Amino acid sequence: MAQTIQLQVNGAPYEREIEPNRLLVDFIRYDLGLTGTKEGCSVGVCGACAVLLDGKMVSSCLTLAASVDGSSITTVEGLAAEDEMNAVQRAFVDYGGYQCGICTPGQVVAATALLNENPSPTEDEVKEWMMGNLCRCTGYYKILEAVMKAGAAK
Amino acid sequence: MNGFEYHAPDSLQEALQLLQQNGEDAKLLAGGTGLINLMKQRLAQPAVLIDLRKISDLNYVKPDNGTLRIGALTRHRQVETSAEVKERVPLLAETYKHVATVRIRNVATVGGGLAHADPNQDPPPAYLVLGASVKAVSSSEERTIPLDDFFVDYYETVLQPDEMLTEIEVPVPPANTGTAFIKFLPKTADDYATVSAAALLTLGEDEVCQEVRLAFGSAGSTAIRARGAEDMLRGQRASVEAFRAAAEAAKDEVDPLSDPRGSAEYKRDMAEVFARRALEQALADAQARLAASGRR
Ligand SMILES: Cc1cc2nc3c(=O)[nH]c(=O)nc-3n(C[C@H](O)[C@H](O)[C@H](O)COP(=O)(O)OP(=O)(O)OC[C@H]3O[C@@H](n4cnc5c(N)ncnc54)[C@H](O)[C@@H]3O)c2cc1C
Ligand code: FES
Ligand code: FES
Repeated sequence: MAQTIQLQVNGAPYEREIEPNRLLVDFIRYDLGLTGTKEGCSVGVCGACAVLLDGKMVSSCLTLAASVDGSSITTVEGLAAEDEMNAVQRAFVDYGGYQCGICTPGQVVAATALLNENPSPTEDEVKEWMMGNLCRCTGYYKILEAVMKAGAAK
Repeated sequence: MNGFEYHAPDSLQEALQLLQQNGEDAKLLAGGTGLINLMKQRLAQPAVLIDLRKISDLNYVKPDNGTLRIGALTRHRQVETSAEVKERVPLLAETYKHVATVRIRNVATVGGGLAHADPNQDPPPAYLVLGASVKAVSSSEERTIPLDDFFVDYYETVLQPDEMLTEIEVPVPPANTGTAFIKFLPKTADDYATVSAAALLTLGEDEVCQEVRLAFGSAGSTAIRARGAEDMLRGQRASVEAFRAAAEAAKDEVDPLSDPRGSAEYKRDMAEVFARRALEQALADAQARLAASGRR
């Protein structure tokens, strides 16, 4: 039976009808048309679908849209203020933290969540946190560098 | 994923009523990291899903009279970072840190993790050596189940269809006790263990092992204790030789399955190695604690 959910996405209020088995990743991509969030593994391993749920990084591929009724979601589209990239996005551009780009939305969402919690992490802390975001192009050194620089810039 | 009827009750009582009304057709949803994956693969196909997200009073870590009580809906990440846990039962904070990645630990709950009952999980062996028990409630009854009696088989526990876990009770180990959890990860740091081992060692006079507990993950159809090895060490002086002999015995108490993380034979050999290392680390931890308390 369809039900109605109300939530904030990137600061704007939404109200939508969904089926209970709608996954959050599909809701974001197909119902809201926010295609920055990607689906890679569908089992919680790769991090391509990472979004912030009430500020905490979660896998939208393992979350029901029904479960986020009343919550606040931030997707990669919501990280920039107006036309100004956030520190993490700026650093990914400046230090080449991406190659093909498919993992990049998840990487910048994850790194933003890290810096929100721990504004200037050590290299080990970055590695430990970012371990859940796979990059099939294996651009890990540049990603690490970008996150370190974004941390130092804060 | 198949369709289902969705409920998000506001209270524990309401959740228990829904469970009772729907019996085997219903499933509880906590963090969803285990269940949603099973539903996507159609290994679980509940007709009714009871989402526990609005039940706010089962999310806590409370010290209570020599025990630590952890609410079933407490997230892995909260246990890992809790000052209470780090101070009283550091083994738990350490063990949860090894589960998957921050993104999973942000949502996975303590109760959901135990009810999931995958023998490859990390927390169960740690809870076994700590002598933990769980509280299970239904709309008509409440019971306490020692974790030693909780796991039955792959993805199977003694919980009845109308029961829900509400709390984990963990005895705080005595002061002269060391603990360790180690996880063998030959592939990637976010993987499940090829084998994992947890140890608890309480030292008496002359470094005699007053109490010893040893348990494994990924080494059978459930997390398992190596009681034979424990018996060999209890009352003995802690020594490299004694640990070596006990670890060798522990190897015969495990019953691993071959899978992509290693053959049964390899896991059995690694169980011996990791048992020895876990015991050695628990001893070093106990010695460090004794030395620190002596200095105070
Ligand atoms: C990518 C990935 C990697 C992982 N890696 C690891 C790892 O390295 N180590 C490890 O230990 N684990 C690992 N896990 C497993 C993870 O620990 C479990 O999925 C998690 O602990 C389950 O908790 P949950 O709250 O998400 O439970 P859910 O998925 O919500 O529920 C799991 C089961 O428990 C039942 N249930 C939930 N709450 C209760 C309750 N209060 N009372 C009774 N029954 C209940 C549900 O009905 C369901 O059957 C991994 C999982 C993923 C997705
Ligand atoms: S698609 Fe969700 S973690 Fe990979
Ligand atoms: S940039 Fe291609 S997968 Fe990471």
